[in-house]
Amino acid sequence: MDWVTTLGQLINTTLVFSTALIFAALGGIFSERSGVTNIGIEGLMTFGAFSAAVATYYAEQSGMGGGAPWVGLVAAIITGVLASLIHALASITFKADQIISGIVINFLAAGSTLYLVKLIFSGNGETPLLQVVSKYPIPGLSQIPIIGEGLFNNYPTTYLAIILVFVAYYVLYKTPFGLRLRSVGEHPSAADTVGINVRRMRYIGVMISGALAALGGATVTLTTTSTFAHNTISGQGFIAIAAMIFGKWNPIGAFGAAAFFGFSQAIRSYVTLFSWSSHIPMEFIYMLPYVLTIIVLVAAVGRSSAPAALGIPYDPGKR
Amino acid sequence: MSKLYKIFTGSIVVPLVAIIFGLIVGAIIMLVGGYDPLLAYQSLFEQVFGNLYDFGETLREITPLILTGLAVAFAFRAGLFNIGGEGQFIVGMTAATFVGIKVTGLPSIIHAPLALIAGALCGGLWAAIAGYLKAKRGVNEVITTIMLNWTALYLGNYIVNSFLLPEGMDHSEEIQPTASISIQSLVNFFNDARMHWGMLLAVLASVFFYYFLWKSKQGYELRAVGFNPNAAEYAGMNVGRNVVKAMFISGVFAGLAGAVQVLGVFHYQSIMSGSPGIGFDGIAVALIGMNHPFGILLGGSLFGILTYGSAGMSFGAGVPPELIRIVIGSIIFFIAAQGIVRWVLKPLYSKRKKEKVL
Repeated sequence: MDWVTTLGQLINTTLVFSTALIFAALGGIFSERSGVTNIGIEGLMTFGAFSAAVATYYAEQSGMGGGAPWVGLVAAIITGVLASLIHALASITFKADQIISGIVINFLAAGSTLYLVKLIFSGNGETPLLQVVSKYPIPGLSQIPIIGEGLFNNYPTTYLAIILVFVAYYVLYKTPFGLRLRSVGEHPSAADTVGINVRRMRYIGVMISGALAALGGATVTLTTTSTFAHNTISGQGFIAIAAMIFGKWNPIGAFGAAAFFGFSQAIRSYVTLFSWSSHIPMEFIYMLPYVLTIIVLVAAVGRSSAPAALGIPYDPGKR
Repeated sequence: MSKLYKIFTGSIVVPLVAIIFGLIVGAIIMLVGGYDPLLAYQSLFEQVFGNLYDFGETLREITPLILTGLAVAFAFRAGLFNIGGEGQFIVGMTAATFVGIKVTGLPSIIHAPLALIAGALCGGLWAAIAGYLKAKRGVNEVITTIMLNWTALYLGNYIVNSFLLPEGMDHSEEIQPTASISIQSLVNFFNDARMHWGMLLAVLASVFFYYFLWKSKQGYELRAVGFNPNAAEYAGMNVGRNVVKAMFISGVFAGLAGAVQVLGVFHYQSIMSGSPGIGFDGIAVALIGMNHPFGILLGGSLFGILTYGSAGMSFGAGVPPELIRIVIGSIIFFIAAQGIVRWVLKPLYSKRKKEKVL
């Protein structure tokens, strides 16, 4: 076994599995930093995965070829923003419990996407196989041993996800917009006093989260599964939420956590290459990332540092 | 008069209107999709109430939903979000299967309750892990319960795979007949619908929920911790211990749900490729039932009827059964965003007020 190649491929697969989680976890951060809990990430990812599949299918039919998946990605972003508006409307305007309205998103997504798939594809519970995004090796850099294969021979969506991690960090911590967004999530009445429109900032936070989560869902369809079915998104949204909490609502931290989950998914297919792996039941290898997360949280992270006003609807009349 | 008025403005009208709105949303979506909503809803009710077998199976569908609904609501009442009903359900299922298969030579009167208790207890302990970590280390219970869901899924598969699986099968061997909680006379009466004692247990569990939370000192403490942990601590209550206790009891409900599914319905446990979903559905049931045990009986029934009936919609009117999830989602939406319902009902209320003045 050539370990240089294997290591390169392992890093590569890790990033492929992490991509969707990175997008979705970043989405969660924007919503929760503005003070709106978003347990609906799972549903928003489902909406994204679905709309990307359908849009890509029609773009292919109209003869767009390799460009079709990009239409799918754009469609996912638009759908994600629209779906997140339901969450925003209920939880910000009508002051509904944010957890409940997030769960509503999950229900609506699970129901409506399959309903529509069956409607559009005459009763089938799955879309036809789609044209997917193809890998794009970065010229020059992809020739570096290990890192070249690992980092620079990947899907464009993966590059985008990694770039967005730093963009999100910059936006949240180095721009006036980010400061306002965070202030609304920490102390909305103080933010209101200095003239920040709390509702508007929260709407923006939730809409960004819809766009990013949907983008995450879309990458699952357009890089990993290449169809949309009822199990395309099964739990990734909740893992992304875990990554967000694990990463302490910070883009860089969430990226690390998402990469960790991606790694533990990728390692499954590599561990069987070693002879000792036959002595360990596969179930324990599957379990490992989740158990490790709990252990790390207990040992190192301790008290979670959620935004102070997270989950509380803003009521200007209250002191 | 004022009391009656309060009932109408208070807890009952909003869920009822929300249900009607939810069904209307479903109807509109069916119309847009080119289906006949009236025929679809008619088929749904015929599927549920059309014959004894289907009615019995609907009760079977409702039972675990009530139990996982109670699990979520119990934690909610203590200020905790137990999103891990799924994992506790699996752990309860696995423990019940294990005791149901491996323990032999006991009379039914001991074996069946033993298997039920094993399931309930293990579900409770599984949830108590999250409670303990929250109380001692301040780890967010949402993330631990999500992680424990996945852990339970693979742990359950491992136990079935290694100890309970006959060669070449994808599910465990059958439990001993002595561990079964099926009620044969009712099974015969309902034309082979899978009737079992768990249905009675679900109702008893809601009664227990009510009396424990509202009529006992311990329940008072749990609610106090849920309302305001700081105040509860100041009043001399041990917040940490109450958090663990609340999670434990919550997990007992979910574990019981898993146990009755094995002991009363399937009589074996399958290797699972993904989460069974009943734990997550419990969140919806708790919300429709407004976190009240008797509301949950109704909410669970509604959820079960809609889910079981959705198969009828698909036979009778060709509507994809997934539509029912949109209906359930919309119902929860309208319950959550009560502002919308109240806004629609406002003209009615103001009229009634005028009558009162006269």
